[in-house]
Amino acid sequence: MFRFIARRFLQTIPVLFIIATLTFFLMKSTKGGPFDTEKATTPEIKKQLEAHYGLNKPVWAQYLDYMGNLVQGDLGPSFKYAGWKVTELIAGAFPVSLELGCYALAVALTIGMIMGFVAALRPNSAMDYVPMSLATLGICLPTFVMGPLLILTFGIALGWFNSSGWFFMSDRVLPALTLGGYYAAYTSRIARSGMMEILSQDFIRTARAKGATEWRVIFKHAFKGAIQPVVTLTAPVTASMVTGSFIVEKIFDIPGMGRFFVTAAFNRDLTLVVGLVLFYATLIVVLNLIADIVLVWLNPRLRFE
Amino acid sequence: MTRALFFVLAVAALCGCGRRETRVTSGNKEQVLHVNNGAEPQNLDPHVVTGVPEHHLIMSLLEGLMSEDPHGITPQPGTAERWDISPDQTIYTFHLRKNARWSNGDPVTAQDFVRTYRRALTPSLASEYAYMLYVMKGAEEFNTGKITDFDQVGVKALDDHTLEVKLNSPTPYFLSLLNHYSWFPLHIPTIERYGPLYERGNRWTKPGKFVGNGAFALHEWRVNHMIVVRKSPTYWDAANVKLNKIYFYSIESSDTDERAFRSGQLHKTFVLPETKIDTYREKYPGLLRIDPFMGTYFYLVNTKKPPLDDKRVRRALAMSVDREAIVKNVTRGGQLPAYHFTPPGTAGYTARARFPFDIEGAKKLLAEAGYPNGKGMPPVEILFNTLETHRAVAEAIQDMWKRNLGIDVRLLNQEWKVYLDSKKTGNYQVARYGWIGDYPDPNSFLDLWLTGGGNNDAKWSNLEYDRLIQEAGRTADLAKRLEVFQQAEAILLDEMPVIPIYFYTRVYAIQPGVKGWYPTILDNHPWHKLWLEEAKN
Repeated sequence: MFRFIARRFLQTIPVLFIIATLTFFLMKSTKGGPFDTEKATTPEIKKQLEAHYGLNKPVWAQYLDYMGNLVQGDLGPSFKYAGWKVTELIAGAFPVSLELGCYALAVALTIGMIMGFVAALRPNSAMDYVPMSLATLGICLPTFVMGPLLILTFGIALGWFNSSGWFFMSDRVLPALTLGGYYAAYTSRIARSGMMEILSQDFIRTARAKGATEWRVIFKHAFKGAIQPVVTLTAPVTASMVTGSFIVEKIFDIPGMGRFFVTAAFNRDLTLVVGLVLFYATLIVVLNLIADIVLVWLNPRLRFE
Repeated sequence: MTRALFFVLAVAALCGCGRRETRVTSGNKEQVLHVNNGAEPQNLDPHVVTGVPEHHLIMSLLEGLMSEDPHGITPQPGTAERWDISPDQTIYTFHLRKNARWSNGDPVTAQDFVRTYRRALTPSLASEYAYMLYVMKGAEEFNTGKITDFDQVGVKALDDHTLEVKLNSPTPYFLSLLNHYSWFPLHIPTIERYGPLYERGNRWTKPGKFVGNGAFALHEWRVNHMIVVRKSPTYWDAANVKLNKIYFYSIESSDTDERAFRSGQLHKTFVLPETKIDTYREKYPGLLRIDPFMGTYFYLVNTKKPPLDDKRVRRALAMSVDREAIVKNVTRGGQLPAYHFTPPGTAGYTARARFPFDIEGAKKLLAEAGYPNGKGMPPVEILFNTLETHRAVAEAIQDMWKRNLGIDVRLLNQEWKVYLDSKKTGNYQVARYGWIGDYPDPNSFLDLWLTGGGNNDAKWSNLEYDRLIQEAGRTADLAKRLEVFQQAEAILLDEMPVIPIYFYTRVYAIQPGVKGWYPTILDNHPWHKLWLEEAKN
């Protein structure tokens, strides 16, 4: 298993290198620079600024500079937020997104799996139609509708929660429900099909024929197989959840990473954009690796190779 | 689903079910103000920032020679208690308060100002607002590297408490200019302690490090969330500062902003979404404020692109826009229709020259230019950056030009930086633009259109106009100077490289408990003059 992990990490390095290079040149090829503003400063001052950040050099030289620093673990200074390093900005925002992501994931998995499994046990009955209709509604109802609806109800009308901000534990509830609710809907559909597929297999019939209780059939025999598709889905979902959602962060004014992904690109803050993309890519690689390990553990037919 | 509901109820019960005291209510009792500042600041170092949110924050942390007037725009004594002006109005001598202190207890001295201005003008720092100091003798030369000896720059400490500033020419708005943060003093030893003085990326502005001379001191900074400042005991007028703390939030979404206000988390929103203005007018008129603002919303015309190189075409376009309809039906925030360029009442100046709303006249001009009823006229493209208001205004004007002049108009929406690039490189025909004055003087609006000016993306050039703006710069007599601006603006409105649409307003919501907050056309409100009162029911 350790050789498997080591090999996966080695494979990751060229992938990250290619991602960094692509992002760098994509950013360079877009129009407009980090210091273009509505009120143009004098050409002399603009030259001084570009000289300070090395933007007066040819693009290949800037690329080599950037990569040279990257190898040493330095993601450079943010162009927009003067005085902040990209690593500092990520280090400040990631824990917030991670915290919210974990709550949201808990909401998504708990609600999603319960709804999915319940639906699978009595297919084509009310027990199936009700949760699955709710799931379809959840998928169709985007976070930017769900979020304000929750705020208007529980924040403004009832006054139970703050409408936005990130100060108290109670401030976590509405965003976690908004973000988690969306994925709960997805999870439930996948959990349902996973469970139905397992329940139709021969070994389940054998277990039932031998007189196992329904409870035992589901939890002892079917559960491990039924959650495999959920685990596969969970890896990328976790990556996107713990790195923050731009919309949810905007609606609830949460100081997470999600808004950086969008604003950094708008600000042409190249170092921040490449830093975020690399961080996200690394996270996906790591989470996929964990998902693979869990899947091998759940399914003895799979091997580390 | 029942579980989800149970979860919600359980958590609600845990955090104390029912309504709690809002931040506004408790803030009113404890003199703690909660305002949305609109965005995360780039930094708090006045030499490396450019934005409005930064200005509002820095105003609380630092004080310049002058201070803002809560009621209007007349500069008030700040760190300088009085000043003398030489008869030719080019030498200002400031007498600093002996009791002005930095937040670490050091006295604020004239040398602090000299060393601060040296830093602002040092080329390696690349301060984007360094040009605000160019009115000072030798400042531009030092900043652009033409001279390297700072002693040749017109700022000198005569003694610890006397500062002399020499200007290139009489500048009637000089004292107002001093209220811009590029002129605020900095505590140089602190900056040197945390990094190179003349380089960017210095870390002195972080909480625990920042030393300022303002009425408030930096207390807490959570990136993308809020900055907290608390009353500074070392401020010279601390006895008259009533607020204990100010929370500046960086909420960018105007809807989130408004919801936070409505749920009692904010004393003041940064703006009010257009969709909410009518609701507030009807339901909460006491919370809605619409203040005039020193800015112009206009369309920039690329004077190098036919057929827009013909001034008759430009005039026809300007004269056929129904501005009353736009401010009434589209922007709805009490904006003033603009028939000239400089906002009315800018330092006692209101342009006499006007252009009319005259569809028949516009048609005639267009016919003279060779396009009777728009026949043969190539399509005109309006460029704007991504924002609902810009689109709505552009659509209204598209319709007016089509209906009134028979011109085929297309709309082009670009993302902000791409739009800036298109504008700069002249890759547009007509572009939406806005200008907010840096200081209350017509010069802040009219010197934009000098030949080759950095923001003159209309690529317009008129030698007589250039001559008049330069003449105004040399004229010490106030009345005569404004008269020269009148002549210049008349030329601008005759040639129409710009099509003014409306004058901006600031539309926001504010709690009645906030006292000392008056409309000012610069939208600067000295924090140390505000106080809070508990709302009476």
